[in-house]
Amino acid sequence: MSKLIVSLSPHQLGTNSVKRLMYGVLIALLPTLFVSVWFFGLGAIVVTLTSVLSAIMFEFLITKYVLKKPNTISDGSAIITGLLLAFNLPSNLPIWLVIIGAFVAIVIAKSSFGGLGNNPFNPALVGRVFLLISWPVQMTNWPIPSPLSDKFLAYTDVTTGATPLGKLAEAMRNGDSMSAFAERVPDYIQMLLGNMGGSLGEVAAIALLIGFAYMLMKKIITWHIPVSILGTVTIFTGILWLVNPVKFANPLFHLLSGGLLLGAIFMATDYVTSPMSKRGQIIFGVGIGLLTIIIRLWGAFPEGVSFAILIMNAFVPIINMYMKPKRFGEKVKEQD
Amino acid sequence: MLKTFAKGGIHPPENKLSADKKIETLAIPKQVFVPVSQHIGAPAKVLVKKNDLVKVGQLIAEQGGFVSANIHSPVSGKVFKVDNVTDTSGYKRQAIIINVDGDEWDGKIDRSEELKKDFDFTSEEIIKKVQEAGIVGLGGATFPSHVKLMPPKGTKAEILIINGVECEPYLTSDHRLMLEKADEMLVGIQILMKALKVEKASIGIENNKKDAIEHLSKLSKDYKGIEVVPLKVQYPQGGEKQLIKAVIGREVPSGSLPIAVGAVVHNVGTAFAVYEAVQKNKPLIERVVTITGKSVKKPGNFLIRFGTPISDLIDAAGGLPEDTGKIIGGGPMMGKALNTTSVPVAKGTSGILIMPKEEAKRREIKPCIRCAKCVEVCPMGLEPFLLMTLAEKAMHERSEKEDVMDCIECGSCSYTCPSDRPLLDFIRLGKNQVGAMRRARSQR
Repeated sequence: MSKLIVSLSPHQLGTNSVKRLMYGVLIALLPTLFVSVWFFGLGAIVVTLTSVLSAIMFEFLITKYVLKKPNTISDGSAIITGLLLAFNLPSNLPIWLVIIGAFVAIVIAKSSFGGLGNNPFNPALVGRVFLLISWPVQMTNWPIPSPLSDKFLAYTDVTTGATPLGKLAEAMRNGDSMSAFAERVPDYIQMLLGNMGGSLGEVAAIALLIGFAYMLMKKIITWHIPVSILGTVTIFTGILWLVNPVKFANPLFHLLSGGLLLGAIFMATDYVTSPMSKRGQIIFGVGIGLLTIIIRLWGAFPEGVSFAILIMNAFVPIINMYMKPKRFGEKVKEQD
Repeated sequence: MLKTFAKGGIHPPENKLSADKKIETLAIPKQVFVPVSQHIGAPAKVLVKKNDLVKVGQLIAEQGGFVSANIHSPVSGKVFKVDNVTDTSGYKRQAIIINVDGDEWDGKIDRSEELKKDFDFTSEEIIKKVQEAGIVGLGGATFPSHVKLMPPKGTKAEILIINGVECEPYLTSDHRLMLEKADEMLVGIQILMKALKVEKASIGIENNKKDAIEHLSKLSKDYKGIEVVPLKVQYPQGGEKQLIKAVIGREVPSGSLPIAVGAVVHNVGTAFAVYEAVQKNKPLIERVVTITGKSVKKPGNFLIRFGTPISDLIDAAGGLPEDTGKIIGGGPMMGKALNTTSVPVAKGTSGILIMPKEEAKRREIKPCIRCAKCVEVCPMGLEPFLLMTLAEKAMHERSEKEDVMDCIECGSCSYTCPSDRPLLDFIRLGKNQVGAMRRARSQR
């Protein structure tokens, strides 16, 4: 008989792996990708491919020549970062800007902190916000969806216009009433389907929700972060709307517009940059929801999800320090 | 909705390969190795010497303190020697080696199969009999049972909870016992109720043992105060604190014993042993052991005298498979890996699991991605990722503040980790260091 293996329990391990989780997220992103290509045509494909390939390339170069660690591309996290970055960009963004975004995301936001598991800020969002601040014109030049028309093969040569949130900011500046504003934006069905201007992966609410359902089913994420973000947004905008329906848009508009769903479902739930305990995750989500609406209604930018998530990312260590999971037997201990 | 415990938990593949296999009696070997430490607490003190003749059931080592247990001879024959033998702990410890000669039992023991329902003993008499018989918790923890029957001053037992959960994958010895010795077990439960002076007992059984739930529910109607509580399948429900939470909804405070919430927990196997000790005067000399594994030819459940080398058991199951990588005493989640097949079966041996090499290998450790799955599954509400880091960095004071001592070592965190990090290994290290720190503090 050959030698027996002797090690500590547990002797049986589960089927979880980083790969399984990451590829699960990728599958959950597919419906959104299909809708993006449907609405934005070739541009969506070009931007997505550029972003994913350059993310993989930077990850490879950095791990091999700078960090000198084993190759980590197969774990799928760089692919996700690339895909999520693309989803946060307009589909007519020039290729060179996409590459810069991927560089900032992978090299600066992720690898410079030590790679997967060590970065405090969501890499894709750092990439996006860097581009937004540095090239505000290109980053807010939103193509209008033109499903399966002769515009399908157009890339940068597309009709552009403001997003529903851009129009909301304008209406609020001008003091227009909400009923007048409602006529300028797509109806809720169109918003649910994603037939509106915006980043290529943020428009299709229904596809994002399908991805959410898939990730919940596969136990890749839990409901805590997305639901607390969306719940906070609903309650906050709901109160404002009930107080003054002429001045403020209703909660449904806020839920369906901009990057809220993409942010709540796919960006804020990034494992590395979100809190560990359920209590902490709910506080994190509430913070994101509040900041998003504050920026949307009173900030300089029409959309605030990216900023809100990045700001809350900075609070994660302190949330982890004070928001411990509820210990077994804790309640009874306090009564003593 | 079936009851279960409140937080965390996992659901590993059940793999109850031997669930349909009736309990068989394994032949007595030519020589037995009876360790004197088969329980938690002080080792028993050896009472015999070389060449002494012993009978089955004769006391051969007496309890070495309050938390300790008697050891009786599982065979008849002549004491060969008292020597150090590798046991399930992996260490060489004192054991009595007996050369078997026939099967002659101590005259006091009633060996008939007849069910004896009625008893007329006081609480004190029962506890004394349980203590004399050397009964310990047969779920695997091997805590001396008589200690659990004597609640400390100022506390009172309200309910007896019987653990029929058997949440470890593969193991089926409790399951078979519940099916084949149900009446004896129910009488044993009534005896335990009398000892604890409680009116109520609940038997917690997971829903993957529907036949046992049905069988015991039907029979328990004839026994006053005993009910069966079916539970949702969820590991580690067999943990004492988890079971109490699942059955009566109370949380045992951190650092306290179950009696703090009025509960006392005993295993189904223990209840059966109590029946035999009280009604038949039979000390604890044998138990049911599951022998199992994916490559094992004939997985099964065997009634085995203590001191029998596990190699005998493996032979009875069709021999050691070619692809054997690991032999585990107990289940795959909390059992101990054994380094030889000459280890003797002892009171805490609930099963022997033989794992193929491929499954037994540890996987490569990858960086933590902070997915929080370990936090999600921890049944004690701890943060395994943090406790591992603190142990690695030797920050033991902080570990203590983070309640590392609450860890029940169920292994759910290591099982779940997508990066295959050995969380529990490091948490054990942390517990060990914090324990040492506390002992040093109390001596000052």
